[in-house]
Amino acid sequence: MAAQMFAYILHKDGKADDSASELVSAARKIAPDAAPVAVVIGAGAGLDAVCAEAAGIYPQVWKFAHDALAYPNAELIRPLLQRVLPKGAVLLLPHTTFGMDVGPGLAVKLDAAYLPDVVGIDGLEGATLKVVRQEFSGQASTHLQADISGGAVISVRSGCFPPEETRSAGGQVADKSAEVGDLAARRRFVEVLQAEVGDVDITKEEVLVSIGRGFGDKENLPVAEELAQAMGAVVSCSRPIVDAKWLEKGRQVGTSGKTVKPKVYLALGISGSFQHMGGLKGNPFIVAVNKNPKAPIFQVANVGVVADVLEFVPELTKRVQEAK
Amino acid sequence: MEILVCVKRVPDSAENEIEVKADGSDIKREDLVYSVNEWDNYAVEEAIQIVDRVGGSVTVASIGSPEAEEVVRREMAMGANNGLLLTDPAFEGSDGRGIAAILAAAVRKGNYDLVLTGAQADDGAAQVGGMVAALLDWPYASLVNMIEVKEAGVLRIGREIEGGNQEINEIQMPCVLSIQTGINEPRYVGIRGIRKVAAVEIPVLKAADLGLGAAEVGRAGARVKRADYFVPPAGAGAEILQGSTDEITAKLVDLLKAKGGIK
Ligand SMILES: Cc1cc2nc3c(=O)[nH]c(=O)nc-3n(C[C@H](O)[C@H](O)[C@H](O)COP(=O)(O)OP(=O)(O)OC[C@H]3O[C@@H](n4cnc5c(N)ncnc54)[C@H](O)[C@@H]3O)c2cc1C
Ligand SMILES: Cc1cc2nc3c(=O)[nH]c(=O)nc-3n(C[C@H](O)[C@H](O)[C@H](O)COP(=O)(O)OP(=O)(O)OC[C@H]3O[C@@H](n4cnc5c(N)ncnc54)[C@H](O)[C@@H]3O)c2cc1C
Repeated sequence: MAAQMFAYILHKDGKADDSASELVSAARKIAPDAAPVAVVIGAGAGLDAVCAEAAGIYPQVWKFAHDALAYPNAELIRPLLQRVLPKGAVLLLPHTTFGMDVGPGLAVKLDAAYLPDVVGIDGLEGATLKVVRQEFSGQASTHLQADISGGAVISVRSGCFPPEETRSAGGQVADKSAEVGDLAARRRFVEVLQAEVGDVDITKEEVLVSIGRGFGDKENLPVAEELAQAMGAVVSCSRPIVDAKWLEKGRQVGTSGKTVKPKVYLALGISGSFQHMGGLKGNPFIVAVNKNPKAPIFQVANVGVVADVLEFVPELTKRVQEAK
Repeated sequence: MEILVCVKRVPDSAENEIEVKADGSDIKREDLVYSVNEWDNYAVEEAIQIVDRVGGSVTVASIGSPEAEEVVRREMAMGANNGLLLTDPAFEGSDGRGIAAILAAAVRKGNYDLVLTGAQADDGAAQVGGMVAALLDWPYASLVNMIEVKEAGVLRIGREIEGGNQEINEIQMPCVLSIQTGINEPRYVGIRGIRKVAAVEIPVLKAADLGLGAAEVGRAGARVKRADYFVPPAGAGAEILQGSTDEITAKLVDLLKAKGGIK
């Protein structure tokens, strides 16, 4: 394949994000002999450490350092990428809050195809790339095809392209900072405010009773609380429960909430979106209760019960109380 | 402030079991319950609240089949001042960029200071807002969970990033923002509210009205083609417990005990 491939390296505090090694796996699914270039943009002393790390994974690293790039402001980085990427480039990005900020607009500016939140890559046939996506929070999968001869921006879901065994790529770092050029943006980064810490720290709990939109109504909260109490567990939740203000933000599991690593996780009326599951680490024993037998949560749970949570959970609570 | 909010009519995935047609051409749409995309509801509420504070008007636009009118009307019942229905057979089969091109053309026809979209819709692509901004050459911010109107043409905004942290930015208008859920509490719309706007005329714009050529939008203009829908081969998946509720709860309690789930 003629087009050059690039991977955007997310990094923080002088360390590359896990996505750095996943993007190279994704690139090799497009072309097994791909030699993608890692693009490292930032500022400060930590940037060379990130470049060195990237050079362990990628044969080539492009470094762009500038004080104004200390925080990854998509409105500065998009025009920079537009300037420095060659015509027809294929850029892989992680589908994170940064990827969503920079990617779609970049594809338009490069006049390239945009393939969002890709979970699988079937491969390239001629100039046509075939990828797999999910729709309806994972309830249906779809193949997308795009002619990428004019370039592509591909945002890749975390965890879908496991890193290959580490053999050092012995990559070369090219300092391209002189090409950064003019950095003016109509959006100015001010600061990051840390999420508030709540009344309980769900990240330290071993057993979580987690509730989702399937609980229907705030009045039903005690149904979950009683089960949690009987089990000696704590109630956590999916995002819609926090949006609706039933529970505070500190109880939310997921990419925009807490990352938890319990031993046992009960998912009650939760569909199993990747943003929710992204907050569940450490390979817990997962029990899912959902009225939809096709709910994606059953793909990742160990044990499932197809039932209405409001009917089933009180029965389970009774049984737990008896068993004690 | 003149605000345009883009709203999409989507199958309500909390209400529906999505099934793929046998030939993989689409999902089975006949019996689906449709509603307005969850994220877009927050965007409309935010627009109404901004206009309540600083004046101006809110316009809601939707691209889709003529049925998309029902979501435009619903959002007008919430309090949006104007509606726009963008419908044309030529729009069918658009990819994200095609949808963005149609919306950008509608923006150019107006005099908007601010365009709001949802952070994502049922396809989970999270692409349209950023593309509209790029086509208009306006600044963009995604996943916005706070908007404060500052002096002369500047908004102070929060973006919700990983871990629920909030990235504060200042952005110049005109701009495009994609809205994250939880930014506000969207007001309830009752039958009465819907009835109030039942007779309001909603202008319909077609490709020609927007100055769009057939090659730019729809199937013809799509560089990203959806080849099919499919059901992925089931992985190991969960062991589904069978039997009476009594039997299931008994089994589950044994399992939970064994795994340290009951203290
Ligand atoms: C940038 C971004 C970040 C996000 N971060 C997070 C995050 O950190 N955490 C998170 O959770 N989400 C997050 N989301 C939202 C995520 O995409 C999903 O919308 C959300 O996880 C869905 O929550 P849910 O499973 O509770 O609801 P739904 O997807 O609506 O699922 C409800 C489930 O309940 C079932 N159900 C309904 N009624 C019953 C009943 N009576 N009995 C049994 N089952 C029933 C349904 O079959 C369905 O499977 C994020 C989204 C974005 C765009
Ligand atoms: C029959 C059919 C065929 C299709 N074929 C293709 C195809 O070949 N290739 C392809 O890539 N896609 C195809 N699509 C998908 C489609 O065009 C998507 O609707 C498009 O990609 C935008 O939606 P999204 O969910 O990706 O938007 P997102 O980017 O996830 O949505 C973000 C926001 O954009 C706004 N928005 C999105 N859509 C609309 C709308 N219709 N009206 C108003 N505002 C909107 C909303 O504010 C929404 O919250 C097809 C869809 C259908 C129904």
